Amino acid sequence: MSSSEVLPSVPGSVNPARRGGGWDLLGSEISVLFRRRRTWAMLVAVALIPILLAVAVRLSSSTLAPGEGPPFLDRVTQNGLFVGFTAMVVAIPLFLPLTIGVVAGDTIAGEAGLGTLRYLLVAPAGRVRLLLVKYVGAALFCLVATLTLTVSGALIGAALFPVGPVTLLSGDTISVTESLLRSLLVAAYVTVSLLGLSMIGLFISTLTDVPVGAMAATIVVSVVAQILDVIPQLSWLHPWLFSHYWLGFADLLRQPLDLGSFGQNAIVQLCYLAVFGALAYSRFVTKDILS
Amino acid sequence: MTGQPPALDLAIETRGLTKRFGTQTAVNGIDLAVPRGSVFGFLGPNGSGKTTSIRMLLALTQATSGTIAVLGQSMPTRLHEVLPHVGALVEGPAFYPFLSGLANLWRLDTADRHAPSGTRRARVQLALERVGLSHAADKKVHAYSLGMKQRLGLANALLLPRELLILDEPTNGLDPQGTREVRSLVRSLAAEGTTVFVSSHLLAEVEQMCTHAAVMSVGSIVAQGTLAALRQVGETRVLVRTPDAAGAMRVLTHLGLEPARRAIDAADPVVVAPLISTRWQPEAIVTALVAGGVRIRGFAIEEPSLEERFVALTGEGFDVVQ
Repeated sequence: MSSSEVLPSVPGSVNPARRGGGWDLLGSEISVLFRRRRTWAMLVAVALIPILLAVAVRLSSSTLAPGEGPPFLDRVTQNGLFVGFTAMVVAIPLFLPLTIGVVAGDTIAGEAGLGTLRYLLVAPAGRVRLLLVKYVGAALFCLVATLTLTVSGALIGAALFPVGPVTLLSGDTISVTESLLRSLLVAAYVTVSLLGLSMIGLFISTLTDVPVGAMAATIVVSVVAQILDVIPQLSWLHPWLFSHYWLGFADLLRQPLDLGSFGQNAIVQLCYLAVFGALAYSRFVTKDILS
Repeated sequence: MTGQPPALDLAIETRGLTKRFGTQTAVNGIDLAVPRGSVFGFLGPNGSGKTTSIRMLLALTQATSGTIAVLGQSMPTRLHEVLPHVGALVEGPAFYPFLSGLANLWRLDTADRHAPSGTRRARVQLALERVGLSHAADKKVHAYSLGMKQRLGLANALLLPRELLILDEPTNGLDPQGTREVRSLVRSLAAEGTTVFVSSHLLAEVEQMCTHAAVMSVGSIVAQGTLAALRQVGETRVLVRTPDAAGAMRVLTHLGLEPARRAIDAADPVVVAPLISTRWQPEAIVTALVAGGVRIRGFAIEEPSLEERFVALTGEGFDVVQ
């Protein structure tokens, strides 16, 4: 099954269709994902995080002491560009994994639950091709979600607070333009952070025909990883937890730019991609589709 | 694929196809032979293994043992070459309820990488037209009735010209008009040369549109062949409705038949005799009865029906073998 996956060898009798039609499935996957009301509801909720945060800070009269509340929150009143960073810190532990859990958990189990999985495979979509397309769709959602948060944070920050050169954690000051580039870098960092969890969700999704179960399981996995990450006795395990570097993007807010944690994070995520990708593959190519 | 060509050009051929789920054997060594160009009825009571067999034919599930050849190529090894030529409706239609009928077909068409994207719009519209759903193309599927979903499922099977259609209970949920339309659709497809493999537990439906049939019972094929051959196995019977039952029995026995009284109504007795040989023409029997002084209220020849054959093979009513 897997060997014929690579090259669509078309015998003479098959219609001599243009090659490259293989990408159409990805296009339709993305369009189906973003045509769901659920996807939009989650993106709106993500966009609301920085808005709620900024409005709350703006309305409250009391000034925060430095270091009080979530990281960067004390700086928001001085510079609106910090809204995005603060919102990111708030959203990473629970809210973003929740949305990823919904999207990644739904990938295969959702199709199985609707019964469309059998029609996709009979088309034939090809099991490996379908897995790849599903994963790319989930990864794209990670990117869109973090970008939504970043853009919404930048806009509401600029609307409610003064915007000016940003003083970094290292004490250096960078221009507004550079700070925007840095926030895009943070978005990229967070997107990469979520790729491992997405693959775990894809794997769980191949195990069941009940999408809600796969979604919940994926979210539970992300919570468990974060709990393990704060148990000191398990410190040997910590560098290998997919959630270990989730909040490590502070390095991107130093001058000179330190990409060390970005790299470490990427390596951990790649490990999870490889392991859970292989698991999802071996599970899905031999799975009896009974839905 | 085996080296020697099959004796008959078969669209589907299975040998010893078996599927076990744990200790339960769902399909037990079936040898299907579906000739190309036939309309093949796949009969059996609910739970006899029809859908499991179809899932194996389409490589959705793996066979525990046995071989499958679809359109002359072995499955599931050649599924990417075979399935583009096969349209299927498996265990009811399934769609994205939040998408329109048109968007659903579009989506499923992109799944086949050989389906040319240039003609997609035209093909989707043609398929919708063929099943009479053009008017509802832009309606979300969750607003479709069961019958409309069933039609949309058929439209999906018709997105490309197919050599083989595998339709699992295609008239499920359809009203009588819908059922007729499906029948005429199947006939017109068969006339174009498409092999149609249709599973059903509705015998009348199969009798009306199929040329061949196989009967499944508890995971095994208990009969297979042309419809005419399947019917022939049953017996033709003479039915005599008469107040002189005893006389009729005597005359029929004298003719060498083996009559019996059918216990329906004592006031209106019916004598039944299997027409064992063709020695006696019906009219000759009537003549003999009248000559023997038997008063005849009714006389009929009962042809064997597929239903009788089916029930004989698979059990009566709720006693269906499990």
